[in-house]
Amino acid sequence: MRYVVAKDSREAVALLNTGEGARLLSGGTDVLVQMKLSGVAPDMLIDIKRIDGFNTISAEDSGFRIGATVSGAKMGAHPALKTLWPGVVEAVELIGSTQVQGRATMAGNLCNGSPAADSVPAMIAAEAVARIEGPDGTRDVPIAALLKGPGKTHLAKAELISSIFLPARAARAGDAYLRFIPRTEMDIAVASAGVSLEVDENSVVTKAVVALGAVAPTVVSVPEAAAALIGTKLDAAALEACAKACTAACNPIDDKRGTAEFRTKVAGVMATRAAKIAYARAGGQQ
Amino acid sequence: MSKIHVTTNVNGDSVEFLCEPDEVLLDVLRDRLNLTGAKEGCGTGDCGACSVTIDGRLVASCLVLGAEAEGRVIETVEGIGSAKDLHPLQRHLLEHAALQCGVCTPGIIVAAKALLAENPDPTEEEARYWLAGNLCRCTGYDKIIRAVLSAATEMRGENA
Ligand SMILES: Cc1cc2nc3c(=O)[nH]c(=O)nc-3n(C[C@H](O)[C@H](O)[C@H](O)COP(=O)(O)OP(=O)(O)OC[C@H]3O[C@@H](n4cnc5c(N)ncnc54)[C@H](O)[C@@H]3O)c2cc1C
Ligand code: FES
Ligand code: FES
Repeated sequence: MRYVVAKDSREAVALLNTGEGARLLSGGTDVLVQMKLSGVAPDMLIDIKRIDGFNTISAEDSGFRIGATVSGAKMGAHPALKTLWPGVVEAVELIGSTQVQGRATMAGNLCNGSPAADSVPAMIAAEAVARIEGPDGTRDVPIAALLKGPGKTHLAKAELISSIFLPARAARAGDAYLRFIPRTEMDIAVASAGVSLEVDENSVVTKAVVALGAVAPTVVSVPEAAAALIGTKLDAAALEACAKACTAACNPIDDKRGTAEFRTKVAGVMATRAAKIAYARAGGQQ
Repeated sequence: MSKIHVTTNVNGDSVEFLCEPDEVLLDVLRDRLNLTGAKEGCGTGDCGACSVTIDGRLVASCLVLGAEAEGRVIETVEGIGSAKDLHPLQRHLLEHAALQCGVCTPGIIVAAKALLAENPDPTEEEARYWLAGNLCRCTGYDKIIRAVLSAATEMRGENA
C-alpha cells in the first residue's frame, strides 16, 4: 500500500482516478478499522487532511461551510455553529468517544454509507449541501440525493466531497437529533431521527423536514411525517400522525441491537421527541 | 513496501522514524520509539488504552497512521509526570487505588489530562462522558472518576 498526502483537491481527484484501489483517508475512524477488521486492502490511501481549506469552518451567506476534514471535536468547539444548527452539532458529537471525535468527520460519516450514521439524518433535516470535486469539475448536491445503499453513495468515480454547507435559517427555526441506543454512550443507533422546523409568529409550524436513521438501507427523509407537523402547534394528534408516518416509512433489519418491530416503533418515538425539542428551539409555544 | 520517513515531535523532543505506510502510530510509538505507555487493548478505536494527543487533540493512536504524524506535536503518557514527580492525576489515581491491572491507566491519564485542559472543573457527568471511550475491566470506574475529580480540585488550587 502507498500513503500519499494530497496537496490540493485536484491532486486527490487525479490520484483517485488512477485506479480502483485508491481510498481517501480523512479521520480514518472507519477506513482504518475496516483495514484491520474486514480485510479492506487499498493500494493507496490518499490523505486529504492537509489540503488548504479542508480543515476550516467558515461563515458563508449567513450559514457555515464545514471543510471535509473538520473533526467532530472542532465542530463542537464552535459556538456560533452550535447556535445556528444545534441538532447537527449534537448529532456529530454523538459519534463515538472523545478520542473518535478528535478525528471523525461529517463527510466521512456520510461517505462510509452506514444507514445508522448519526450526522446524516441531522444533515438531511438541515437541508445541507455537499460540495463535490471530481474529474469534471465542481458540483453542489443536497445530502439527501447522495444516499444510495449500505456502504454506497452516489458519488461518481474519483469524486470527493470538499465541504458541506449548512445554510442560513429563518429567525424562528430549530433542529434536533435523537438516537436510541441500549447504552448511554459508545454504541450505534438502533433508530434515530433528525428534525428541523420553522414556526410563524403564532407558533404554527410552517416548514418541517424529518429524516430517520437505522430503519432502512439508507437514512430516509420522510416527507409524510414532516407534512403531519406543518400547520400545527405539535398537538397530540399531529405528533401521532407524524409517528405513524415514520412507522410506515421503516424497513429495518433485525439484529442484536434491536428487532425490526422495535426499531419501527422507536423511530416514531425518536421523531416526535426530536420534533418537540426542535419546536422549543425554534421558540414555538404550544 | 517502501518505508516512509517521518519527522515529528513527541513529548517535546524532535523525533525521526521510518515506518510502513500502513503502520499505525501506536505501533510506531511502542515498537520503534520504545514508548510502551500507550497500550493496544483493541486496535479498533473502542477501548482508549492507546490514547495520545496530536496537536493537543485527544485521539486513539491505533486509528492514526504513523505517517500522519509528520510535523505534528504528539504527547504520550511518558511526557506526563515522572517517577519522582508524579502528575496530580497520577498521584490521585494511586491514592484512590483506581487501578488494578493498569492496562487502561496510561490512556485514562492522557484522556483525563486533556479533559482538565479543556474543562478544569468538570462535573462528574462531564468526566464520565469524556472518559466513556476509556474502558476499564477491573475497577468499575468509580474510583477513576473520583481520582480525576479530586486531582482537578487540587489542580485548581482548591482544598480537596
Ligand atoms: C469506536 C468507534 C465508535 C464509533 N461510533 C460511531 C457512532 O456512534 N455513530 C456513527 O455514526 N459512527 C460511528 N463510528 C464510525 C465513524 O467514526 C464515523 O462514521 C466517522 O464520521 C467517519 O469519519 P472519518 O473522517 O473518520 O472517515 P474515514 O474513515 O476517513 O472515511 C470513511 C469513508 O469515507 C470516505 N471518505 C472520507 N472523506 C471523504 C470525502 N471528503 N469525500 C469522499 N469520500 C470520503 C473514505 O474513503 C472512507 O471510505 C465509530 C467508529 C469507531 C471507531
Ligand atoms: S487500542 Fe486503540 S482504542 Fe483500543
Ligand atoms: S485497571 Fe485493569 S483495565 Fe483498568
